[in-house]
Amino acid sequence: MSWQLAAGGWQSGFELCGVPLRGPVLNGSGTFDAIAARRAFGDALLEQFPFDAFVSKTITVEPRDGNPPPRLWETPAGMINSIGLPNRGLEGFLAHDLPQLVELPVPLVVSVMGFSVDELARLLSGVGERAEVAMMELNFSCPNVETGLVMGAEPEETEAAVDRLRPLTEKPLIVKLTPNAVDPAGVAEAAERAGADAVSLVNTLKGMAFDPRTGRAWLGGVTGGLSGPAIRAVALEQVHAVAERVRIPVIGMGGIASGHDAREFLDAGAACVAVGTENFRDPAAGRRVAFELAELQALPVRD
Amino acid sequence: MTQAATAAEPRTLAPPGRRLARVTANDALGAYRLISAHDREGPLEPRPGQFYMLAAAERWGGGADERPYLPRAFSYARARRADRGALLEFLLEAVGPGTERLGSLDPGDELALVGPLGVGFRQPEVGTRPLLVGGGIGTAPLVCLADELGAPRVLLGFRSGAHAEAARLFERPSLTTDDGSVGRRALVTELLAETLQDEDLPAEGLATTVYACGPPPMLEAVRTICAERGVPAQLALESGMACGFGACFGCVVATRDGYVRLCLDGPVLEADRLQAVPE
Repeated sequence: MSWQLAAGGWQSGFELCGVPLRGPVLNGSGTFDAIAARRAFGDALLEQFPFDAFVSKTITVEPRDGNPPPRLWETPAGMINSIGLPNRGLEGFLAHDLPQLVELPVPLVVSVMGFSVDELARLLSGVGERAEVAMMELNFSCPNVETGLVMGAEPEETEAAVDRLRPLTEKPLIVKLTPNAVDPAGVAEAAERAGADAVSLVNTLKGMAFDPRTGRAWLGGVTGGLSGPAIRAVALEQVHAVAERVRIPVIGMGGIASGHDAREFLDAGAACVAVGTENFRDPAAGRRVAFELAELQALPVRD
Repeated sequence: MTQAATAAEPRTLAPPGRRLARVTANDALGAYRLISAHDREGPLEPRPGQFYMLAAAERWGGGADERPYLPRAFSYARARRADRGALLEFLLEAVGPGTERLGSLDPGDELALVGPLGVGFRQPEVGTRPLLVGGGIGTAPLVCLADELGAPRVLLGFRSGAHAEAARLFERPSLTTDDGSVGRRALVTELLAETLQDEDLPAEGLATTVYACGPPPMLEAVRTICAERGVPAQLALESGMACGFGACFGCVVATRDGYVRLCLDGPVLEADRLQAVPE
């Protein structure tokens, strides 16, 4: 889908995988906690909600505390995080988080990650059957304890997993691709073959920092994920490569901080975009990006 | 959305986006800078202990290592009603690319801010007298707290006489410095221990509520001293933050109940929630 088509559509009848959206700007999973934000900003958050669909933080079957601090490191034009997917687990999510997330004024996408395909199957069935959930996103950036391989790193692993998971929910299935794969476009094709409805990319790039005082790894989790404008050029190349190889919609992200950045991702072939790290700098970044993008849309089409 | 459970927390809600505030003054205060900014769109009454995420609107980035990139968290020192909006004051010390850039702002420059964020200091327990204990830059949130409590007892500790200039923000504080150049040559926590010792401790041990902010070793000493004497203490902690509103999960602190996000459940924590103040 070209950006002009997408742009022409999003005032009326814009949709992603059959789910009507008021616009093309999502959040990257794990970059905005709407429940926490409502505590800080109150109901004004709902009146000025920054995204056109809300992607939850990744949930796992069991509750997780996350990694020991320190969890953050600032880099030139970006940051490395080693958060470790803290979450309440499947039961906690359904009991505590979901009733609050349904109050958001936009469709809800729930991101799930499993340490095995069985775990993912439990998550998909447990969450996917809930009417409040519009779409599911599979976070494939984690090692499969059965094979030792990162699920999203190899086309075969991805195809086998999506093949098994696809029948478990009627909800549109988004596969989140890791940029740390040898051939992200090959992984995207495999996901499409197995029935994925969309792919989203990029997740964070692997990164590391050393404490200048001790010479040891700074992050409590030793390694982390790099995000922010520092990775935008890499993300654009991968989105472009993937969009050329699949027909399903691509949700593009990686360092988007302005409408101009978002339009680059649409130009690269994305149908929708997601704002991630920029949310940390400005909780209204999604609204600002959407507004700037709409302004750009009114400009003459570039050659 | 758990409104009932959190309705009582000392938190003024923030507008849900970044806004600009014009710098009206940036003055040296000994080793520190005291920056004032006119916040036209924010709430007029943040709660002492709450903080703002600050960035320079222009040239945020391009310093050492091409940083800063992320905004920086600062407790406000004072907030006053201004002609339109609030006049916010922040105390900072230039120690890295973020604080260096903020410290270089001129009157008329714009500050990008989000806030007020977090949970501030709670009221002292009924029948107790507040005692404020500050160390270094950590004296900042105690300035507005002292104003609100109305001339409470204040103990302050600084590295040097130049840093101790920040004591001017308080009425008649008791002072210590590491080098003895101003006030007593001692740690402020020694003063705290003596002050609590001198009190006629009633049987219930609730004569004082301690409010403290400062470097981690100081806060850990405050926590230990207060725990030994059964004195309730509220500690304003610091932690590296990316967002300030619970999105990044980067600022967690280990409590007896597991990790909490300092930006959301803090920065002020009841001392007895902590096994120890993290380094």
